[in-house]
Amino acid sequence: MFAFVAFAALMTPQAAAQEQPVEPYKIDPTNAGAAPFAGDGMARAFGGQDGISRIVDRFVTANFADRRIGEIFMNQDEVRLRRVLFEQFCYILNAGCTYTGRDMRAAHKDMGVQQGDMNRLVENLQAAMQAERVPFAAQNRFLAKLAPMRRDVVER
Amino acid sequence: MIVPLWTKVAVAAGALGIAAAADAQQIAEPGKLLLTNGIGTIEGASGGGLTPWAVIAGNATRDGIGVQASATAAELKDYDFQVAGVAIGALDRVELSYARQRFDTNWVGGALGLGNDYKFDQDVWGAKVKLAGDMVYGSEWMPSIAAGVYYKRSLDAPIVRAVGARKAEGTDLYVSATKLFLRWSLLANVTLRATNANQNGLLGFGGDKRNARTIHPEGSLAYQVSRRFVVGGEFRSKPDNLGIAREDDWFDAFAAYALNRNLTATVAFADLGSVATVEGQRGVLFQIQGSF
Repeated sequence: MFAFVAFAALMTPQAAAQEQPVEPYKIDPTNAGAAPFAGDGMARAFGGQDGISRIVDRFVTANFADRRIGEIFMNQDEVRLRRVLFEQFCYILNAGCTYTGRDMRAAHKDMGVQQGDMNRLVENLQAAMQAERVPFAAQNRFLAKLAPMRRDVVER
Repeated sequence: MIVPLWTKVAVAAGALGIAAAADAQQIAEPGKLLLTNGIGTIEGASGGGLTPWAVIAGNATRDGIGVQASATAAELKDYDFQVAGVAIGALDRVELSYARQRFDTNWVGGALGLGNDYKFDQDVWGAKVKLAGDMVYGSEWMPSIAAGVYYKRSLDAPIVRAVGARKAEGTDLYVSATKLFLRWSLLANVTLRATNANQNGLLGFGGDKRNARTIHPEGSLAYQVSRRFVVGGEFRSKPDNLGIAREDDWFDAFAAYALNRNLTATVAFADLGSVATVEGQRGVLFQIQGSF
């Protein structure tokens, strides 16, 4: 029994992925910053959880490697980012997840993100969605959910 | 101690250099999303082809300064029309623009007694300020809103007066609201313009039928097919001031393609109606726009 619990603990995302600790916060799916889509149309357009996972991986990798915005990501916890970003996308796309990350304001605090940086991020996301062959209209419908988050991301 | 003047100048220049270098780190490199700065209008400002949008020319965001240059050529049934325009956009807030328009009357010039291939020329100076909102970000229903002004001066003052215009120069005032509705991949723009320009000013301002400015709606609707490609249509209502030359509203259907971050090519089918007494002026318009 003890061995089983220890094994289960090892399998939790935090233990398996070696995330850095963050300041305690209240877990609430509304931290995702947008209400999920209704129905399963968007989840299917994004290839379900498998497709979303590939999009997030490609997106995060591109951002860390980006000539322009890579340095903003350099000090971020890449392991945690991959997990919470997947959860956020999956939750908003109504693909069967909940979101356990921080709200957008807390997650982007003091990053010094400028408008052009956010646009580059959007372009990287568009490229990742394109690589997964998400139809362009569906890409835009998803971006429509993310666009209002700018006020919590970009520093004036 | 007497410090030679050149030393003072050098020190001042050095201090300025340091200040400029420090500022340069705050200026972000250009980074608007593709096509979100529109194309060059025929009056030089950024927007659609016929109507200004609440966007700021160039690729710079609120952290920089950008520029736009556009060259437009329209081949109509009986006329040719060319525009060269430049615009500078600062901090995604303020835009200053200039355009030179040339309208070639071909055979009609001869028929009107001006001589074949008589050309009407006009200078258009523009200024636009973004007042509120954002075309892409922020609340889904809050458009970008801008107000602008054009000062136009016909270079053919004696001729435009002879056709009945009251003046060879005039001022247009406008407000525009523009939004990219991502949920539908639709860009919509509505502009209200106060103007007394005859054929956009090429035939002067005011006339025997009316002299004062009147308010005219204009609009653009475009569907974003891909990141690089949009198709749409435009409408621009116009005054009808001259007794001898009826004037119609303008329409076009366009397709614009972003070749890359700096070049956008546009083709449009335009219907300008009756122009300088000759009806049915339909034709094709091409534009290449560079923005940085």
